[in-house]
Amino acid sequence: MRGPINGLKAEMALVEQEHMNEAGYRLSEASPGDFIALLKPRVMSLVVFTAFVGMAMAPGVPNPLLAMIAIAAIAVGAGASGALNMWYDADIDAVMGRTKSRPVPAGLVTPGEALAFGLVLSALSVVTLGLLANLVAGALLAFTIFFYAVVYTIWLKRSTPQNIVIGGAAGALPPVVGWAAVTGTVSIESLILFLIIFLWTPPHFWALALFKSADYERAGIPMLPNVAGHAATKTQIFVYAVLLALSGLLPVWAGFAGLAYGAVATVLGAGFLWYAWRVLRMPEGDQAMKPAKSLFAYSLLYLFVLFTALLAERLAAGLGFGG
Amino acid sequence: MEREFIKPTEAQLKARRRRSVAIALALVAFVIIVYVGSLAKLGPALFERAM
Repeated sequence: MRGPINGLKAEMALVEQEHMNEAGYRLSEASPGDFIALLKPRVMSLVVFTAFVGMAMAPGVPNPLLAMIAIAAIAVGAGASGALNMWYDADIDAVMGRTKSRPVPAGLVTPGEALAFGLVLSALSVVTLGLLANLVAGALLAFTIFFYAVVYTIWLKRSTPQNIVIGGAAGALPPVVGWAAVTGTVSIESLILFLIIFLWTPPHFWALALFKSADYERAGIPMLPNVAGHAATKTQIFVYAVLLALSGLLPVWAGFAGLAYGAVATVLGAGFLWYAWRVLRMPEGDQAMKPAKSLFAYSLLYLFVLFTALLAERLAAGLGFGG
Repeated sequence: MEREFIKPTEAQLKARRRRSVAIALALVAFVIIVYVGSLAKLGPALFERAM
């Protein structure tokens, strides 16, 4: 039988064990792969792609090696902002089905490790881009990381349903950074690429927020469907779809894309409007929300194909086909 | 008073070794990137500076 002294010892041992298991005391079992996951590789791939298109569209031919280093620096900078986001959002990530298995809420990486990892990579990526490309590109990358980690994650995300509208600027900046890495300037062309991604972000995320609204509700994040309701969200998705379809044609209007791109952008824009229209017509109380899921999937395809069309046309022109 | 230390488990030691190797590789890659990038940006002038 357990006596009072033995019981006390057992309790003390338990307290000690719990103390030892606290984040600051326990030894981590995190693998390098867990730290890679902190960088949000899927988001990173989109950032790399759009930044690359920004570089390819810019006038002038950069040194291929320096261009590769610039892309790597932009990718690491984007990943660093993802790590900072996961550090700050660990509490809400833990209660959302979509994010609860991320390294910090899963207990694989401590919040302190994620913060240190994000800060070190931010500094290295900004300094590398600033010194090996130019200071404008470095400053823009620093601003992008600051905007995503501080303005979006810390300030807007939990305070306004316009969080992803304003915060979307961070995700829209990579082509501007890529352009600046080649030219050292910010131009109307790069701002048009920024505008396309900026207008693409709300319908993309609100489509997700519609079918994940219970998740966001549980986490207490004021996404538009949870604050303004599904009907208002669907209307806003459609309005942004119209603006996006029109903005997709701006590269032709501004003269840095041709008719082939214009044709692709028109078809893609019409497709986006069609999917957004189906979301608008989605009945209240629709549990499956297939139109919203379809729009979310299509939005990813839209951005990828649109930027691929820009790139393909530029490459074709470079090889002497048209343009 | 006797000081207490945490005795790492085999899994923790293995994970720490893997992290150390990853950090070493990342640092080597970073040094190479800065060295080669500096050469590409500054060219031969990099070596023609007064000591």
